[in-house]
Amino acid sequence: MSSERPSQLFRNKSAKIAAIPMIVTALFVFVGGTAWTIVYSFTKSGLLPRLRWVGLDQYERLWSTNRWLVSIENLIIYGLCMLVLVFVIGFILAALIDQKIRFENTIRTVILYPYALSFVVTGLVWQWILNPEFGIESIIQAWGWDSFAFDPLYNADIAIFGVLIAGLWQGSGLVMVLMLAGLRGIDQEVWKAARVDGIPAWKTYIFIVIPMMRPVFITTLVLVVTGIVKIYDLIVAQTGGGPGISTEVPAKYVYDMMFQANNLGQGFAASTMMLLTVALVVIPWAILEFGGSKNRG
Amino acid sequence: MNNSVEIKNLDLEFGAVKVLQNLNLEIGKGEFLVLLGSSGCGKSTLLNCIAGLLDVTAGQIHIKGNNVTWAEPSERGIGMVFQSYALYPQMTVEGNLSFGLKNAKLPKDEIAARIKRAAEILQIEPLLKRKPAALSGGQRQRVAIGRALVRDVDVFLFDEPLSNLDAKLRADLRVEIKRLHQNLQNTMIYVTHDQIEAMTLADRIAIMRGGKIMQLGSPDEIYGRPINKYVAGFIGSPSMNFLEGHLTGDTFEVGDVSIPMAGYDFANGGAANGAATLGIRPEHVVTGELVGNAPFQADVTVDLIEPMGSDTVVDCQFAGARFRLRMDGQARVTVGDTIRLGLDPSRASLFDKDTELRL
Repeated sequence: MSSERPSQLFRNKSAKIAAIPMIVTALFVFVGGTAWTIVYSFTKSGLLPRLRWVGLDQYERLWSTNRWLVSIENLIIYGLCMLVLVFVIGFILAALIDQKIRFENTIRTVILYPYALSFVVTGLVWQWILNPEFGIESIIQAWGWDSFAFDPLYNADIAIFGVLIAGLWQGSGLVMVLMLAGLRGIDQEVWKAARVDGIPAWKTYIFIVIPMMRPVFITTLVLVVTGIVKIYDLIVAQTGGGPGISTEVPAKYVYDMMFQANNLGQGFAASTMMLLTVALVVIPWAILEFGGSKNRG
Repeated sequence: MNNSVEIKNLDLEFGAVKVLQNLNLEIGKGEFLVLLGSSGCGKSTLLNCIAGLLDVTAGQIHIKGNNVTWAEPSERGIGMVFQSYALYPQMTVEGNLSFGLKNAKLPKDEIAARIKRAAEILQIEPLLKRKPAALSGGQRQRVAIGRALVRDVDVFLFDEPLSNLDAKLRADLRVEIKRLHQNLQNTMIYVTHDQIEAMTLADRIAIMRGGKIMQLGSPDEIYGRPINKYVAGFIGSPSMNFLEGHLTGDTFEVGDVSIPMAGYDFANGGAANGAATLGIRPEHVVTGELVGNAPFQADVTVDLIEPMGSDTVVDCQFAGARFRLRMDGQARVTVGDTIRLGLDPSRASLFDKDTELRL
């Protein structure tokens, strides 16, 4: 036996060996791919990537393109509304189901069901539901309310809210399930203590239970935000970006530029901007959340 | 009206399951009552009913002369301490103590005064600005007691408050709760499954089983004159020795041994006949020089020894059954020794074999 302390590098060898494939994949595919994309966003690549430098030309063109600006605006509207509403709806549903109701499993499954459908199916379903010819509007008109009009997908000003409805329908169930798991993790004695203290239920939720559910909220936030930023298939299936360009989103712009308009450089520039936006949000948060962890233990 | 809490004909059912059945209990002002029983006996359920956290099926609960059967927990004039402390983790200790008071819209200086008093009593003043995560288990439970204290109520309910603590802390906090009761003279109802806590803290103990109170009495009564075989076996550690035999007049016969019961205080005044169980606590079996004074004596062989420092528990065979007796820790015994033991019938308990009630 050696009396020296063994090198830290060679401890837990099998675990480290097992992790190597994933580390390599992460490095090459994610980090490498990202770097490659950023580099080529400064080139004049068309159908194929070519290293012909054009400096910031692609970015200037991007930010002077109306379609990109509309995409960003749509993402902000959709994102903010989705974030707020999906949390509110999901939490309220979870709080209601947490009241020891009957048929809890059935109701939970029904509400979670939309999440099991792909965005393409969701988009198509809601395209039909919102279609004036055979959706809600036609049903209510058939009941006799002739002047009733509800066709968000055919009005460029509010079309993005039609997409929002579909997004909420699909996403609320997941948030509800996560929140329900969080609520179930709260010690029942805390509820009892709050009742003895005379604190009304809504105050108990806001000041005691929700702060206790912080880890669940963060997990849910990450899932919801990544879902918002990468939204693509729902738009393609439900509106195709229309009417006009009123429901365009950044991810669709990237795809269209790269594979439809044969303008890889422009697509790379747009995706780099998306990465930058996400990084601007995530990095400060990560520093706040994990930065001091060594000091706090 | 001198009773602080009165429970009248209380029933509680969950569907077809009867958890509490026709339960009556009167708790005097300033009394420390312990509800003791093994898990599932309904003791915590009863406490939750008193607190108003469970709706009763039938019966009434009166606190300080008011019928509070259907009142909200916060309106009953109670404070409650829970096993898991149930502190609000995102608030400081001060926030935990003040949250309920702020919510009740008490004036700020009143809140501050109450927190100051509670913090002094419980010696948690240095902790007021900390969060529960930065406190030890004992400190957390003090804060939880403080949260009941600031409510300025007459009745304190404790739901197994020490069960999450390690043995040493439990003993320390037990003494503090007793001191707290001596100083405040509030009514306290305390649920536990730990007989040591029950014996040391209680003015009266209610032993519960199957949703009923088996025996209600002072720790002395419960220990010395258990009303039935269950209570006798439940209280005391190591538990009581039971000898199955036959009672004829003043003599208890078990196997080929007959033990004279002269001096035993029969519950119904006179001696009884029939199949019976004799219960003798291991600590009431005498050995050594004292044996000479005992009305009944026998020789036994030592099978097993459990030294505990202050005393030694000895296992042996007596009258065809396993028999345990407690000796002084200084006594020198080894396995295989023959020792002479003495029994005093006046300290024993006799139970009917069928009804298991005290004779």
